[in-house]
This record gives sequence, C-alpha cells and structure tokens, in this order.
Amino acid sequence: MRRSTPYLFLLPYVAIFATFTLVPAVYGIWISLHDWDYLLPGKPFVGLANYAALFDSASPVFDFFWQSMEATGIFTVASVPLLIVAPMGVALLLNRAFPGRTLFRAVYFAPYVLGVAVIGLLWRFLLDPNLGMVNSLLGTDIPWTTGLPWAWISLVGVTVWWTLGFNAVIYLAGLQDIPRDLYDAARVDGAGRWAEFRHVTIPGLRPVLTFVVINTILASANMFGQSYLITQGAPGVETRTAIMYIADEGLRSYRMGSAAAMSYFLTLGLLLVSVIVFRLFREKDK
Amino acid sequence: MSPRPTSPPPPLTGMKANLKGIAWYTVLIGISVVFVAPLVWMLLTSLKTTSEATAIPPAWLPAEPTTRAYQTLFAGGSQTPVLRWFLNSMVAATGQAIVVLVVASMAAYPLARMKFRGKNVIFGLIVGTLFVPGFVMLIPNFLMVDRLGWLDSVWALIIPGAASAFGVFFLRQFFSALPRELEEAALIEGANAWQIFTKVILPLSKPGLATLTVIAFLTNWNDFIWPVYVLFSPEKLTLPPGLATLQGAYTTDYPVIMAGAALASIPVLILFVVCQRYIIEGVSRSGLKG
Repeated sequence: MRRSTPYLFLLPYVAIFATFTLVPAVYGIWISLHDWDYLLPGKPFVGLANYAALFDSASPVFDFFWQSMEATGIFTVASVPLLIVAPMGVALLLNRAFPGRTLFRAVYFAPYVLGVAVIGLLWRFLLDPNLGMVNSLLGTDIPWTTGLPWAWISLVGVTVWWTLGFNAVIYLAGLQDIPRDLYDAARVDGAGRWAEFRHVTIPGLRPVLTFVVINTILASANMFGQSYLITQGAPGVETRTAIMYIADEGLRSYRMGSAAAMSYFLTLGLLLVSVIVFRLFREKDK
Repeated sequence: MSPRPTSPPPPLTGMKANLKGIAWYTVLIGISVVFVAPLVWMLLTSLKTTSEATAIPPAWLPAEPTTRAYQTLFAGGSQTPVLRWFLNSMVAATGQAIVVLVVASMAAYPLARMKFRGKNVIFGLIVGTLFVPGFVMLIPNFLMVDRLGWLDSVWALIIPGAASAFGVFFLRQFFSALPRELEEAALIEGANAWQIFTKVILPLSKPGLATLTVIAFLTNWNDFIWPVYVLFSPEKLTLPPGLATLQGAYTTDYPVIMAGAALASIPVLILFVVCQRYIIEGVSRSGLKG
C-alpha cells in the first residue's frame, strides 16, 4: 500500500466536510465579531459587541432574543420528558415475540418518515380552531394554534406524534441487546416486573438512554418547522423559537453578525447541557 | 441484522392468557389508530370538495370523491409549479444520496481498515460534528454557498448536506465488522486497495450501503429549514418549502393543501414500505454507540 492511499480515499469526503463544516464553523465565529450586514459593502469589526448586545437590555435584539430563548426553553422542557418516557413504554410493549410485531413497529414509526412540512400542514388543518377535526371531535372551540397554553400543547403533541417512533425504535434495539440470562437470573431471585425493569432493563439501556436524552434535547432545541408552519409564532411571537428568530435575523433581515453570535451562544448552552447529561449518566456507572 | 435473542415473554396459558392477549392487541391497535388516522384523513381530504373538507360534523369518506384538488394542484401556475417542485425534490434527494454513497464509503474504508498518520484526528473531527447542532452552520454555509454561486440552485441542496458525519460513521462501523479473510486473500493475489474496495468491501456491504442510500434520500427529501432560506424562485423550490408556499396561496382550500402534502408523502411512504428493514436498521444503529 502506498503511503498516500488512505488520504486519496478520504479526499472527496474531507473536501466537502472541510468546505461545509470545518471552515463554516470558524467562519461563523469571524462573522459574529463583525457588524455583518449581507446587503452592505462595509462589514466593520466590532469585537464582542454582538455577544454583549444579548445581555444589554437596551439593545434592539435583547427582548426578541430572550423571548425566543424562552420559547425554545418551554418547548424543550415540555417535550423532552414525554419523548423519553412515551417511546420507552411503546418499546416495552413491542419487546416480545408476537405475530404482527414488525407491522406495529412500522406503523408507529411511519409519521417519522414524513417531513416536517407535511406534518406541519396536516396538523395546521386538523388543529384549525374553526374548521379543524380536533375541535369537532372534542366538541370544543379551543384556539389550538392561536392561544396559550394551547399552542404549546399543540406543538408538543404534534412533535411527540411525529417522532415517538424514532426513539422507540432505538430503545427497542437497545432492549434486544440486553442478554436474556440477566432476566432469567432476576426471575430466579424472585424479582417482580418493576424490580426487573429497575435493576435489569434500565442499567442495560444506559448507553442507549444517554444517546436518546442528548439527541432529543438537541432535536427539541432545534425546533423550527412546527412553529413556522403550525403557529407561525403566534400568539404574537410567543411560540417563535430561537432558531426561528436566528434565521429571521440572519437570513431575512440579513443582520448576520448578530444572528451568528446568537447561534454560537445557544450552541455553547447546548454543549453545556449535553456535558451535564453525559456526566449524570456516567456517574451512576460507578 | 443478526437475529438477537428477544427478552422472554412469560408463557401464558388458558383463559387468562386469551384475555391478556386481547387486551394486548387492543392497546397496540388503539395506538396504531392514533398514528394512522391523521394520514388517512389527509388522503381522504384531498379527494373531497372544499365545502365537504370543512363540513361540521366532519365525515370520513368523501360523499362525492373528486380529483379537483389534484387538477388544481397540477395546473399550478407560475407561483406554485408543484410538479416542478416534485422533480426538483427527486433530483436533489437522488443526487445527494449518490454523492453521500460515493464519498462516505470511500472515506469510511481507510478509517475502518488502514493504519495511517492523522487517522484519529480526522475521525475525531468527523465524529465531533455529530453533536454540533445544525443551525450553527446555517449562516456561514449560506455565505459559502453564495460565494460558490450556488444560491437558488440545486447544488446548494446536494453538496453541503453531503458533509454530514452520519454516513462515514455508519459505514465505518459496518466495514469494521466485515471478516478480514477475503480481503487478505485478495491482497495475496496482488489486488490493490482500490480493487479490494470495489471488488471485496462494497459487494459485502450491500445491506449497509442500501440503508445509507435510503436514509440519505429521506433526509434530503424532508429537509425544510435549509431550502426555505437558500431557494428563492418559485420554479427552484423543492416540495417542503413549496408546501409552505402552498399554504399561503390556498389558505383554506384544504383539499388542495392536503393534495400537496399527499404528493410529498406518497414517495417516502412507498420507500418506507419497500425498504422498511433498512430504514429501521439504520435508525436502530444510530443509538447503539453510546
């Protein structure tokens, strides 16, 4: 094998990876240090001013930014526990041999293969306060897409409906990797269902659980399409998430320096949360 | 996927078992209805007249099924050329799946099978980006694409997304698990690295390659935020940003909007039914690295 061989194999991917991941990651920091208006020729260097503005209550972005962070926070806190627990329940239901198992698994997973645009339009229609199926089924006239706290309930509910199957499939694969002699041993020791779950299933799932928790937090903090299509941020800008605001600020109003600073700030926060979650799950290993 | 031992169902016998079995299936079917009913409602609404779509109380089946919504949709007009969007989505998703397949498999091979300087650094960088949230790249990548002259073009949809670490990560694992004997035999016969890659590794990895292709296609087909911001002309849109436009253009003409949603769903639902095993397999594995 020639010394250059491995590098030649890597070259095409690394070229794309460098251009659209590594360089942009650094370029973004550079942008965030400038008053970077896409439409203006001059892009003056402003140091950390874009970051400082996020903490200065007199700056024009302060209120909108923290409003959007709050929205992302509410959505994440409300959706993540449901997206961790409900798929677990479904995975446990499916984790046994019975006729039709594969079919049920596929049915529960099906909404996930549809994009957010499809499920957004579909639920926008079903949840319409005046014409929607949900209100006529319940015999209510709840403002699902325009009032609080209903808009949050809608966004969280739709997201659970949409992505439950994804986490359930991951859990299911994890459950099937737990050696069955552990269950046999537990049963010999006279463990009940709950003790079995607590002392065999949960420890056996730990690596998978770590992945699911971190991945779900990241996905929820990334929420964009549901709000964009179902509530359009309503009422007011209450359900406008951080990503929606960052995208608006950077790619509609073209204030890219400010938007880049916000995205790095949010990333730092998410990194911190991921590390904490990771630690929490590792600690228990000892 | 190798068959795995399933954790044991307690053996049930007699009447109690029957009752339990019935309760079991009732729960499973109940959950299924929650997942399937909205999708069925979408298809049925697309076949209704406008007034029937919003009639109170709502009726499941269209009394007078009509393809009016689809005719309106396909007639389109210059602001909502839906068939064009469909074509754009097909080209972008197919294009990206091919690019991902080629570059990710080439990169995964040396990472799985060769020793070389810088291997750990390169692999570490790639894996590290699995945990970088996508939105950070939104603004700098918009500018990168702008510099390349790719804004409002299909290239913006095909190439940047191929930088995703998932494919390399997934295939590296797949290649690492292959037996080494065939490779060694080929080496003794004087095959070079490229020949081993194309004649031994790739043919042995068909299930892994199929999984990656399907997942890359689905991911691109469904991508929303990126095309919303890098495409501008109505005739350049893909289906997801197109559907958002459709909602604005037809506001309460729900049969037309649902017909659009159905049009975007049908190809992926067919793909899912045909390639279910590969899709579920790919997703299952994404959690197993912990």
